[in-house]
Amino acid sequence: MTVEFRKDIFANERNDDFDQIGHARIRQDIEGHVRGRSPFYDDHQFEGLLHVRCVRSPHHHARIRAINASAAEAMPDVVRLIWPGDIPKNMNTLLSLIDFGRDDEPLLAERKVSYVGEPVLAIVATSVLAAQKAVESVVVDWEVLPHVLDVEEALKPNAPVVNDEYPNNCFDYHDRYDHQKLRFGDVKEAFSQADHIVEAEYQMSPIEQAPVETCGAIAAPETNGRIVCYTSTQALFFSIGVTGKLLELPSSRLHFIGGTVGGGFGGKVDSQHEPFAVLGAMLTGRPVKYMWDRAEEMQYGAPRSGERWRIRDGAMRDGRIIARSFTGFFDAGAYTRLTSYGVQKCTGHLPGPYTIPNVASNIFCVYTNRTPSTAMRGFGITGVDFAIECQMDRVAEAVGMDPIELRILNAYRDGDMKAHRRPAKNCALIECCQVAAQKSEWRLSPAAISRSSIEGGGEGWRAEIPETVVDGEGGIGNRKRQWQDTEPLSGTGIRRRVPVGTSTDHPATGNAPQHEDMVAEVARLGFKIDAGHSVQRPSLSEPSEGLRHRHANAETSFGRALGAGPSLPSGYDRTRPPASPGPARSSPPANEPIPAHSRHERDKSEKPFQRGVKRPGVSPFISGTRRR
Amino acid sequence: MAIRKGRGFACINYPIGMNLGGDPSQALVHSTPDGKFKVTLSSIDLGQGIKSVGRQIAAETLGIPIEDVYVDTADSDTGPHDMGSFASRGTHRMGNAIIRAASEARAQLLESAAEELEVDARDLTTDGKGNIHVRGAPSRSITVEETAQAAQFKQGRTLAGRGIFLGPLSDVDADTGEMTPVSCFAHAAIVIDLQVDDETGEVEVTQINSAYEVGRALNPKLVEQQLVGGAWMGVSHALYETTEPYYPDRSHRPLDYNTYLMPGPGQIAPHHISILERPAPDAPFGGKGPGEMAANPVIPAIANAIYNAVGVRCDSLPITPEKILRGIRANGGAVSREER
Repeated sequence: MTVEFRKDIFANERNDDFDQIGHARIRQDIEGHVRGRSPFYDDHQFEGLLHVRCVRSPHHHARIRAINASAAEAMPDVVRLIWPGDIPKNMNTLLSLIDFGRDDEPLLAERKVSYVGEPVLAIVATSVLAAQKAVESVVVDWEVLPHVLDVEEALKPNAPVVNDEYPNNCFDYHDRYDHQKLRFGDVKEAFSQADHIVEAEYQMSPIEQAPVETCGAIAAPETNGRIVCYTSTQALFFSIGVTGKLLELPSSRLHFIGGTVGGGFGGKVDSQHEPFAVLGAMLTGRPVKYMWDRAEEMQYGAPRSGERWRIRDGAMRDGRIIARSFTGFFDAGAYTRLTSYGVQKCTGHLPGPYTIPNVASNIFCVYTNRTPSTAMRGFGITGVDFAIECQMDRVAEAVGMDPIELRILNAYRDGDMKAHRRPAKNCALIECCQVAAQKSEWRLSPAAISRSSIEGGGEGWRAEIPETVVDGEGGIGNRKRQWQDTEPLSGTGIRRRVPVGTSTDHPATGNAPQHEDMVAEVARLGFKIDAGHSVQRPSLSEPSEGLRHRHANAETSFGRALGAGPSLPSGYDRTRPPASPGPARSSPPANEPIPAHSRHERDKSEKPFQRGVKRPGVSPFISGTRRR
Repeated sequence: MAIRKGRGFACINYPIGMNLGGDPSQALVHSTPDGKFKVTLSSIDLGQGIKSVGRQIAAETLGIPIEDVYVDTADSDTGPHDMGSFASRGTHRMGNAIIRAASEARAQLLESAAEELEVDARDLTTDGKGNIHVRGAPSRSITVEETAQAAQFKQGRTLAGRGIFLGPLSDVDADTGEMTPVSCFAHAAIVIDLQVDDETGEVEVTQINSAYEVGRALNPKLVEQQLVGGAWMGVSHALYETTEPYYPDRSHRPLDYNTYLMPGPGQIAPHHISILERPAPDAPFGGKGPGEMAANPVIPAIANAIYNAVGVRCDSLPITPEKILRGIRANGGAVSREER
């Protein structure tokens, strides 16, 4: 095991003289972890603690005719049963917190279950064993329904409906389509010009996040009608939001404590435990714990979704990939959770870290009768990266080229236009390829060794948004009526052509600081910004003529689509061209401390949100005016 | 029947933070009367080290020793809002919020010191060791502790700061997929050496050589921990793990670690890592989150190496011995590809 830092690479973009940053400081929490003193949620002890276990569906898909829990109710150790009717608002979707998608999942199923393990009744008892025994005594009268487990079977017209909120078995995008589209250029035309067509199908099955500490929460009544909840959540306020919504409680009544968690890997975002523990504490007036055992964690805890991918590449003899088309299926399981969002994240990632002039994708978020899937390490990206990188080796073989050379040839570089219509910046794929090859003594040609992420990007077609073919295929519900191919541009419907250059240079960057004192001095942040540097950072310099032209178009063609940006203070002119890079930007040299008084004097005469830019020494990266 | 060696490659990039923005993080910083600083957050430390990285970021920004900073996190009665620890967002979003909060606290620290030293605050700086002094004149100085005491008991001032970082929420175009996703990307490239037993289908990863570009390694040891652990997870994902071995069939469901397989200590391959740092313009000190991307290139590199070893394309995860043997049989025998 060796680790080396290649400080020589990109050295002209960094200052490394810090007191703390870049140094191997010992972890604040490591002594507690090593000595077993760090407080995890399950370390909190309460007198009279109660435990929750759920009655779960043994069927993939079934209607609930009746539940007989009289034996459980008669057990002396059973304190309370929680029925669906006890949950004030028994319908939610996780992403309602960012207003994405419709409520589609009950905390406890009331009319039907859609996966093996879906809970229908929760039992609160004095011990886990007592709760378990009570669960086993419950008799449910099931009417078993036909089920569907394969993502493509689920999209067929006669497939059973998994999720009543989405009767077409797939998430509705933009109130228009049954999938998320990516369209860039004209893949069909490019395929007809390619020397080689390379096609393959890839599949990833679900996997478990497998944290050492299983998911759970302990809730107890506090004073003033408040409930304290110790939780394994990965997202404290996310869990408060979900709990507050399902139980119709304001956040002022919820006191959540967490922060030291035994591994999450994405599986502790879903907030399935906190609502049960808090509701249990409210209904019984006693402390209540709901903690999964390993089997529940493995099978009823949401896994990473299965994914299926078909990729078609058009490559030229010299190794350039000129077109790439994706058809992707994310297996959401029975409910949406976060999968719909993962699809969009994935769409923005395509076609991988390569500059390909024609790209199209259709990605479906599909409901099947299995445990709902959710986030996991690399969410939305891991599966398609597996497909893309296996595909790159197939292309290399087809054109007879070294696989690393092929990647370096097609790699994205600073200034290249990405398929989601924003320019690439801060690229480093080529350098990683070169270093990995060098370390493993994998021989590369001089041409591949001499390439750089900084040079040659954004030249000619590489900076252009090509004329793009768009289609109206895959309208919501159409596939249910009559089967349609899922591949992009596979139908015979009407096509439109979106002309060249309909985008803006619209860099994603943070909100402006509220106050000038919140702005760190740029010299203390470790960025080296010299005069020549602006060439490498296109976003810092005057936009090219092409970009400026697109900028002018933006308000008409795509203005509405982009309108979701930050709300800007009045007087802040979004369309104003960027200030020309004057001496204030290129000097003083970043190594030297900035005389603070010059900064204060200038501030007084300027309007808010204009302070950042012109003030020497203030980071152009985090000030308000950079956000154009 | 033979042990066949293979070598495979893959490279990736990874988006840092919640893809479409709209995910704020807040931080609060305040001083105790003796000049120690508390950073109050609602971040979750899952083992990735946000408490420690946050502490380093705060100490660096304040210009004081790390021992004088303590991070308190995830009590909703005291910590301000944070979206959560996921999507490689913690260091990026919270790091930026901490820089803002600590910058505001630093400005007040220097104002209070200026009053004690009877100089202009704009002429003051910190030495990172607990002292504040006039630029170019280290002898005209006051300690951070004395400054905090003066602020608290004499001047009646707080030394505190607040910070929030919010990437604007981006829409996605229905027809073209146009969007403004995350602002920075980490990168990686990996070469896997492995061997395949063409009789049993078993795979042993023998060596990993990797290059990871992380913007800036804010804490090099934490980065190393993430990359080593992440690559191990990549091996595990590629060759062992699944909750549904015959997906989409639901049979043979594992319920514990006896049946949900992962590589054990004896199966950890030597891993030689090179770390590159190209600071991202909007990231704290340029640092990108290294955690999630670490596993991603390992998986396809293993599939590519298996093809190199025995000529079987493994396009379905996990790549079990069964799948390899079926592939060898379908090809009429194992075929080693060119040596790399």
